[in-house]
Amino acid sequence: MRTRPRLFVSYASEMSLLPTWTQKIAALVFLGVLVAIPFGIIPGLGFLADNDWLKILSRVAIYAIGALGLHILSGLAGQVSLGHAFFVGIGAYTAAVLGGEVGKGVWGLGLPIWVWLPAAGIVAAVIGALIAPTAVRVRGIYLAIVTLGLVFIGEWIFRSVAFITGGSQAGRKLPRFEFRIWKEEMPLVDFTTDGTWFGVEMTSEAKTYLLMLAFIIVAVIIAKNIQRTRVGRAFMAIRDRDIAAEVMGVAEARNKLVAFALSSAFAGVTGALLGAFIGRLVPETFSLLMSIQFVAILLIGGLGTVTGTLLGSAFVIILPRLVQDFTGLLASTVETGTGFFASVAGIFVSTGIDDPGIISTLPGTSPGLNVAQFNVLLYGLLLIGFLIFEPLGLYGIWIRIRNYWKSWPFTY
Amino acid sequence: MISGLLVFAQAGGQEAVDKFANATSSGIALGAIYALLALGLVLIYKATQVLNFAHGALAALGAFFAAYLATVINFPGRYVTFLPTTMQWILSALVAVLITAVVGLVLERLAIRPMIGEPLFSVVMITIALDIVIRTITDDFIGSSPRPLGDPWGADVVNIGPAIVAKTEIATLLVTIICLVGIALFFRTRYGVAMRATAFDQEAAMAQGISAGRIFAMAWAIGAGLAAVAGIFSSMFPRASIGVSGGTAFFAFRALPAIVIGGLDSITGAVVGGFIVGLVETYAGVYLTGATWSFLGLGFSGVMPYLVMLVVLLIRPYGLFGTEEIRRV
Repeated sequence: MRTRPRLFVSYASEMSLLPTWTQKIAALVFLGVLVAIPFGIIPGLGFLADNDWLKILSRVAIYAIGALGLHILSGLAGQVSLGHAFFVGIGAYTAAVLGGEVGKGVWGLGLPIWVWLPAAGIVAAVIGALIAPTAVRVRGIYLAIVTLGLVFIGEWIFRSVAFITGGSQAGRKLPRFEFRIWKEEMPLVDFTTDGTWFGVEMTSEAKTYLLMLAFIIVAVIIAKNIQRTRVGRAFMAIRDRDIAAEVMGVAEARNKLVAFALSSAFAGVTGALLGAFIGRLVPETFSLLMSIQFVAILLIGGLGTVTGTLLGSAFVIILPRLVQDFTGLLASTVETGTGFFASVAGIFVSTGIDDPGIISTLPGTSPGLNVAQFNVLLYGLLLIGFLIFEPLGLYGIWIRIRNYWKSWPFTY
Repeated sequence: MISGLLVFAQAGGQEAVDKFANATSSGIALGAIYALLALGLVLIYKATQVLNFAHGALAALGAFFAAYLATVINFPGRYVTFLPTTMQWILSALVAVLITAVVGLVLERLAIRPMIGEPLFSVVMITIALDIVIRTITDDFIGSSPRPLGDPWGADVVNIGPAIVAKTEIATLLVTIICLVGIALFFRTRYGVAMRATAFDQEAAMAQGISAGRIFAMAWAIGAGLAAVAGIFSSMFPRASIGVSGGTAFFAFRALPAIVIGGLDSITGAVVGGFIVGLVETYAGVYLTGATWSFLGLGFSGVMPYLVMLVVLLIRPYGLFGTEEIRRV
């Protein structure tokens, strides 16, 4: 009986984070791989130890935290929100004021990370809770438009309060990843310079990556725990049938408010981390495009699952880099190569005014899209493709693969 | 209400009257564009329960087609040289609207039809994804600098009473009225009745032999056509001094408050909401400027529609004319 993987003898064991031994081992191995990546010791994944890739992976982790927030609001509580970027912005600017230095006409208190990071989450959560009563009154498509309005109003606010944000197009510096007890000169732990940790030579990118990894692990555990406790079940009950949930004693308005606050807290932390990671932010960063990116992460990954959210984050953030590499490869094949591949690539790449193609290597002179535009186009097309052909997203693909091997070699 | 305000403004002397009259006339013209956009959005929403976030992209695409047909290849103007240039331009614009309507048909068939019955979030997202795709392609079509539409009115103005009105604004209002009357008449035709029946109860309509798919396609074609009309007028003087650019697509996002104010499923609401948003935005732009209001910062008039929308939603969660959703367990 012990060997039956999906046989649960108690409710507690079914609800545990990793119910089966296979999952426990897989999670441990995956975690080990993630920790080992910056040291370049894993065969086949050595290229990820490159500083460029470490930066991309850190960004994946940062976005995944915010996406987990949206997962709570949209995936669990079923509330459509296009306003996530607003809360990300709130978090970023809370961190900027508390942790940043006084600059050209901008405020800054220069407090350490253990103040500004939690504060970013808390302030965003409070503002989320303040907005929630308005959002709870409307539902469905009306909510989508209200939250969309939130992004536009937020962008205007961010542009207007120049003493906090540095103003339109100019932006301001944000705090760095340094751990101080208080405002002392030398940081206790510094994540922004190269150096040795416990005798191992580490680049700043590797340090930042490990820090982000720690944050995303904590965020995943929190999100998973929310999902499998009372409040998470209340969210799912509201998502599935709000009136039925209310009849059963789940307070709809209060739980929606909690969902908004929790989701905003995650978004706020993401904003603070993103700001510190990039170093300088302009108010225009927190536009509708960023909200769309978070929604895209959720839908490409698979709505309503933590695993899907993580997969979606990795996919959406890594994709532009892959497209860039791919188009670079195509262009160089066309220019230097001969034979079959070069002629196939030639169909797609446009190298001159008379050469038709989808991707242009000489933006402005030859027809076709430049690489950035092609990236955006592909992003949109992929989104459409996933929504039409794989509504469950990457998680759905994974489930299909898993089910195939479960029943292998039988094909029933 | 407006005449009352005019009396109020007269207390401030002739200058104040001129200012108010100018603001009102350009507000009405702006409202007409919003009303056109809102009309298309509501039509699509009523018939298919899909809110088309790609409306702005379609508007920009339509405006690009008009600019391309009128200024680059001169179609159909070069075949009808005996007509006056104004007529030639109007024909080009009409062809552009037709092409955009066909684009709307294709979009509905390829992307929206497979999504019937999917959750709301996915349907919203697919129109946003369509917006991304169409906007990217349109931006590439337009190129790095704005394209002039080549319209016959240019920056000409006429005086109507105390107000100085651009000829394009008069054209906007006229075309909006024509479109509104056209839609009202369309609803009385055989197909219009079928569309209303489908919007009312899809299954019952299908039981009566109405093809819901055909109605969906028709709604998207008309909606896209209306978007193109709005896009053409929003790329003209005085909205955009040069022509259709990447910014044209973002214009339509301000029509979303209009349809929420009016109620998502109400044609009357769309028109009323459009004019409210246009007037509010223009008044905010004219009166809330200068040193006294500098704390409001840049671009406050663009945020005003959303603030009005929030206030309306707090009072009436389904807009001024929208029908309340009946929730069942």
